Amino acid sequence: MIEKSRVPALEIPLQREESAHEPLTYWQLVWRRLRRHRLGVIGGVVVGILVFIALFADFLSPYDYATQQRQFLFASPTVVHFFSDQGFSIQPFVYGLREITDPVTFQQYYVEDHTKKYPIYFFIQGEPHKVLGLIPTRLRLFGTAQPINTLGQIFIFGTDKFGRDVFSRTLIGSRVSLAIGPFSLIISLFLGILFGGLSGYLGGWVDMLIQRLIEVIQSFPQLPVFLALAYVLPPGWSPTLVFFGIIFIFSFIGWTGLARVLRGQFLALREQEFALAAKAVGASNLRIIFKHLVPNTMSYLIVISTLAIPATILGESGLSFLGLGIREPMTSWGLLLQQANSIPTLTLYPWLFIPSTFIVISVLAFNSLGDALRDAFDPFSIQGGRTRT
Amino acid sequence: MLGYVMRRLLYMIPTLLVISFVSFAIIQLAPGNYLTQFQGNDRVDQETLQEYAKSLGLDQPFFARYFLWLQNIILHRDFGYSFELHQPVTKLFLDRLPMTLLVTIPFFIITWLVAIPLGIYSATHQYSWGDYSLTVLSFLGLSIPTFVFALGVMYVMVAGFGATSVGGLFTEKYIGAPWSWGKLLDYLWHLLPVLIIAVGSAGSLIRLMRGTLLDVLNQQYVQTARAKGLSERVVLYKHALRNALNIFITILGGSFSGLIAGSLFIAIVLNIPNIELLFYSALRIGDEYVIMTLLLFFSSLLLLGNLFADIMLALVDPRIRYD
Repeated sequence: MIEKSRVPALEIPLQREESAHEPLTYWQLVWRRLRRHRLGVIGGVVVGILVFIALFADFLSPYDYATQQRQFLFASPTVVHFFSDQGFSIQPFVYGLREITDPVTFQQYYVEDHTKKYPIYFFIQGEPHKVLGLIPTRLRLFGTAQPINTLGQIFIFGTDKFGRDVFSRTLIGSRVSLAIGPFSLIISLFLGILFGGLSGYLGGWVDMLIQRLIEVIQSFPQLPVFLALAYVLPPGWSPTLVFFGIIFIFSFIGWTGLARVLRGQFLALREQEFALAAKAVGASNLRIIFKHLVPNTMSYLIVISTLAIPATILGESGLSFLGLGIREPMTSWGLLLQQANSIPTLTLYPWLFIPSTFIVISVLAFNSLGDALRDAFDPFSIQGGRTRT
Repeated sequence: MLGYVMRRLLYMIPTLLVISFVSFAIIQLAPGNYLTQFQGNDRVDQETLQEYAKSLGLDQPFFARYFLWLQNIILHRDFGYSFELHQPVTKLFLDRLPMTLLVTIPFFIITWLVAIPLGIYSATHQYSWGDYSLTVLSFLGLSIPTFVFALGVMYVMVAGFGATSVGGLFTEKYIGAPWSWGKLLDYLWHLLPVLIIAVGSAGSLIRLMRGTLLDVLNQQYVQTARAKGLSERVVLYKHALRNALNIFITILGGSFSGLIAGSLFIAIVLNIPNIELLFYSALRIGDEYVIMTLLLFFSSLLLLGNLFADIMLALVDPRIRYD
């Protein structure tokens, strides 16, 4: 009797709270919980900014990513000035760079030439590019409007050994680094749902066969098998083909874990009434899997997806850093860091290390967004720590 | 128990056979072979190339080569020959084993020594100031690629503290020298960046520890233990941790292979000639037998790690029966 009287006492505040509002759907509840997760919201905003940067990378960058300015090899980051001998100017400007050779070490470095100022203009005509790959234009966000390879260039992150602007390359590189995740995710989601679904839904020898296949793939440790598969990509392939090859490698490994979990979920779901009903009216197996069972695993799939993307960003950066990933002249954050892979280079040209911050920030952002989504989808989680001691 | 272990070891044989075949097939998928790079090189005689191909067995068909490789492994414990280094793979492997262990074991110990107490602290002080800072730090650790972290540590040591002899594991005069106090100090000094990286990579383990322990602490038997009036110490160490042990062991078993593979980046940045670096350099030049053997080795480590975890689980948890 005591136990019974406890149950309504617990439920009353819940009912009151809900009766005060319109009844919310599941997705509205998730959205509400997500908005309360401060770190998750920050992560989401950062992800949005990164996607924007990737989409409009060539408009935002002052130079084409492949333009070589041989006069400025390994130039250190250009300092943007607001003050000069004449005092403060609202328009920022840069000075030209003069190459100096150290008389003792013969090392070359650049110093500012304070005789002439080069103002930075916004919305200037620069090298031609296509916005979103469609609209040809010469408009770029900022620059000094000086001809290529002459004095007065602006290199916010410095230049590399070919005199290419690291800032422009980092922005363009975000396309490859950010695209590999979603692309390989789509393929591994498709494979995972298909095989996991067939395995869990059909059972029997199909299940047996698929499970053994998954076991074989999973019995290889990740990094060595990534490297071995990347080694298999023919050296003669074009950078674009290699890009798709790498996407395939990531999805080839990625689908197995997904299929394992989905199998378990489908095993439970296929016995439920709605699945039996769909079967009774004669829906095909694939239709039942994709139309009826998959929507019920959506929350899991969304969380897994957001957490798989940062893992792929890390994986791609590692592969490219080892020289087995994206190939020149394409660029990605990992490939940019390959130039900085030894301590002597790094101490001489520390700015080559700047792209690493983009990796860290994007992985952090995706991870905190994924964490927030996981909490938001979990109906039993109450934020603020009231459930857990 | 012994029967269980024997049975598990027997099950490993077919798995290893499949793995060896897949390793072999992956490498054969790659276009060309080790000798392809010499074709079109004027200084190399084409006839010599063909002779080489014959002596290296590269002219044989696919399955013949696979079975020959397998036969040599089983009958003679001969895993093949490195084309590039002109030595048997087994010898190369054994040469690099001490170096690998000298890096991997301290790395492993430090990661767990850092992760266990911090994970416990985080879980028992949930939502406290310390827990939040640990969460932020471990997320940061999770988000920094190992090679970036390694390069950063090296950069700070060189540029910040003016260290000169970083990289490698020993100063030149100690290479090949017998162990002495000087050599030990030298080794520890070179190990310092490795240990810092180990602390940095404890992030995911801290999160796992925290999550696991929190799940256990919310169980009803923990509540019961508290209700009985047991001290928080006993509740934590005798009831909660004892039950979280299972998951820790599973993680431990799974981390063996990841550890070996993960230290590749450390090996490259710190220039430590271990097994992972051997694998990487073999990949760069297509040294087939080295690649295949090491793939097989890494996979066996994964299998053995899982087996080790299962045995430990059976020993630790009386609920798990192994027959």
